[in-house]
Amino acid sequence: MLRLEGITQVFGGLTALEDISFTAKCGEITGVIGPNGAGKTTLFNIVTGIYSQTAGSVFLGERNVSCFPPEKLARLGMVRTFQNIELFGQMTVVENVMVGLHTKSRSGIFSCAFKLPGHLREERIIRERAMHWLDFAGISELGPTEASSLPFGKGRLLEIARAMALEPRIILMDEPAAGLNSRETVELAALIRKIRETGVTVVLVEHDMELVMDVCDSILVLNLGRKLAEGTPRAIQENPAVIAAYLGEG
Amino acid sequence: MQLTEQLAQYVLSGFSTGAIYALIGFGFAIIYNSTSIINFAQGEFVMLGGMLNYFFLTTLKLPLIVAIVLAIIFATASGVLFERLAIRPLKAPTPLSLVIITIGGSILIRGLAMLIWGKDTHSIPSFSGSEPINLAGATILPQHLWIFGITLLVIGINKLFFNYTITGKAMRACACSRKAASLVGIDVKRMVLFSFAISSAMGSMAGIIIAPLTMTAYDVGIMLGLKGFCAAIIGGMSSGFGTVLGGLLLGILESLGAGLISSGYKDAIAFIILLLILFVRPQGLFKKTETERV
Amino acid sequence: MKREIVKFLLFAISVMVAPLIFKGGYLLNVLVFVGIHTMLAVGLNLLLGFAGQISLGQAAFFGLGAYLSGILTTTYSVNPWLAMALAALTVGILAFFIGFPILKLKGHYLAMATLGLGIITYIVFNEAVDLTGGPSGLSGIPNISLGTFVFDSDGKNYYLIWFFTLVTILLSLNLAHSRVGRALRAIHDSEVAARVMGINARLLKVQIFALSAFISTIAGSLYAHTMTFVSPASFGFNFSIELVTMVIIGGLGSIYGSFLGAAILTLLPEVLRAFQDFDIIVYGLILILITMFMPGGLIRGVPTGLTFLLSWLKRSRSANA
Repeated sequence: MLRLEGITQVFGGLTALEDISFTAKCGEITGVIGPNGAGKTTLFNIVTGIYSQTAGSVFLGERNVSCFPPEKLARLGMVRTFQNIELFGQMTVVENVMVGLHTKSRSGIFSCAFKLPGHLREERIIRERAMHWLDFAGISELGPTEASSLPFGKGRLLEIARAMALEPRIILMDEPAAGLNSRETVELAALIRKIRETGVTVVLVEHDMELVMDVCDSILVLNLGRKLAEGTPRAIQENPAVIAAYLGEG
Repeated sequence: MQLTEQLAQYVLSGFSTGAIYALIGFGFAIIYNSTSIINFAQGEFVMLGGMLNYFFLTTLKLPLIVAIVLAIIFATASGVLFERLAIRPLKAPTPLSLVIITIGGSILIRGLAMLIWGKDTHSIPSFSGSEPINLAGATILPQHLWIFGITLLVIGINKLFFNYTITGKAMRACACSRKAASLVGIDVKRMVLFSFAISSAMGSMAGIIIAPLTMTAYDVGIMLGLKGFCAAIIGGMSSGFGTVLGGLLLGILESLGAGLISSGYKDAIAFIILLLILFVRPQGLFKKTETERV
Repeated sequence: MKREIVKFLLFAISVMVAPLIFKGGYLLNVLVFVGIHTMLAVGLNLLLGFAGQISLGQAAFFGLGAYLSGILTTTYSVNPWLAMALAALTVGILAFFIGFPILKLKGHYLAMATLGLGIITYIVFNEAVDLTGGPSGLSGIPNISLGTFVFDSDGKNYYLIWFFTLVTILLSLNLAHSRVGRALRAIHDSEVAARVMGINARLLKVQIFALSAFISTIAGSLYAHTMTFVSPASFGFNFSIELVTMVIIGGLGSIYGSFLGAAILTLLPEVLRAFQDFDIIVYGLILILITMFMPGGLIRGVPTGLTFLLSWLKRSRSANA
């Protein structure tokens, strides 16, 4: 589903990433881990179109999507969530998810201003689908609440509901467990598995080892901008190089 | 007059207005660099400098040096007051609210000046007479020399301040990262206050030295402020030579444009340059591109 | 949804009935201006309040509408309706193209760029004397007419202008409560998240910028035919600021708020007539105070204030019981 070939990123004098290649298989949950400064967020931003890489290519399915802007990637079925949750604070919870359905609708300025029948029909469908996704994430009772007043954990769930509303082929999550307590993290793990069941590919960047080992089918380990290891959670846990990178040598 | 003499004249007068724009631009850069705020009211401190100087000199009949010093002090005090009352209490400063508040402040200051001193334009005598001096076929007035001299002095002092004093370096630290600066013990709020004080002082100085040439009135602040901003943008908001070069470039282009093309559209030149720079190279002509960490 | 329709109908009916209550005279003339300013404020609100893009040059489009209509109908004897359509389309298309480079900018830089645009336009109005009449303005602009019915009095112009204003309000309300409105507010709250959701932020911002310009241009044309005279002084930087003030006072993102802001700022100078030159200070103060204490504008601040006051009264009453 998602393939990276030789991704290199140089910022001024600093080589943040060097020759990263890996594949996230369709329908699987892939985790990206590594000590701080390993380049995880940079890689993430490159794949999701926020940065342009210095060298290398990103493939979504068979298509080379290198340097595509986020809005184009969204139409191709790629969506992401943010570490610091980027909610539309002044809109309600359900409106946030309705924005997620933007690519599933098409009424333009003219149609909306003149309230043409196509637009009205679409609005009803959008609202229904939005409620469905709120339900999926388990927060349907929060529909009319203003998004900025949500506690962090609920905000995280809202972001996921919004991203799923796009009906993506692949969802990339940037440290989804950050800021969650242990109960919320368990609920998150269940939600991520539920997402996999719908057939969507999941890639997550994470620090929470328990979550990663629990939920991921495959793991990529980065260290100092280079690929250190790639494999099943078991294999990664037993990999001496990985252990050394996290705990230090000797 | 021959073309070369004309050109020399335009360039020379462009130099002097350019110096003024640079001084005003510095004011913008200093505040922007410590606070990320564009102080739309900057032009009004320039106006205050000129108007206060006129008031102390002509109405109160004080000697020139005293009048100048008092004018700078009062203008700086207004700047500090403005920061305290309008900027500091802002709880959630979005770019829009900052723009609006500084615009509101500029309108307020302008309105007060109009109420106190009326709408008339006032002239101020030059510092050392108005005998024209001949320089390479062009004529300049002694006031032009004052402008060059004082601008260089102020910029020099600025350079020393920002590079060699603790407070100066602290302010530069705030410009890079407010959080980091406060973590190492820098009182960020104080630095913000200082930056407003320094900017209004410099702005008022600019207003004082140009007033003898262009007359002063309650509404000169708008155009001067905007052109100073333009100079700062060309220079990439630097607190150093970038803004100086930006000001000079603007002044010369404006002067050449006014002389060679049309004087009515003179003011438009500055804004066309501003738009071009913003469209094509918003980081200014003299700055290297930076990458931001997301 | 039904509530929205009822609200609008009530508003429209009040507008239609007002002249009958305020029977002609000076107040009617002021209400005509409230109409024009409301139309401008609503147009600006779409850009400023919904999309969150600072524009300090709105007066330029207003002026372009006024001058284009004025010049076409006087010098070239073009039919006023045709002139208005031409002006609006031309300026709308121009705004669309200039929107691309301008809206790449954000925050202060965008503010400055739109300011610069406004000032350049103002200078052109003043300097292109052959075309615009320069500082003394352009006079002899014909009234607009529909067949044999000529809009030549305050009463008639009131209905003409408010027709357009009501249409603008209705269409803007529809837009606000739609997919496009949500997309705009999304861009305002988090442009990066909006793009991740597939919203082409760049294009949408430019489209709204062009729409806002289009609305302002029509307002300008109507203004020209109502006043029969235009001069550059009405289209300067000060008026752009006034428009921004109207939108902010009323409440960013609130269409009815823009009407409130426009009404207050149009009526205020009349009330302050006795204090002629104070109005400039009052504007400055209003801007500062509202930004500091009521950032949501009056439309949110007043209900919140009243609720707070009521609950405070209730508490002190029960404390005394």
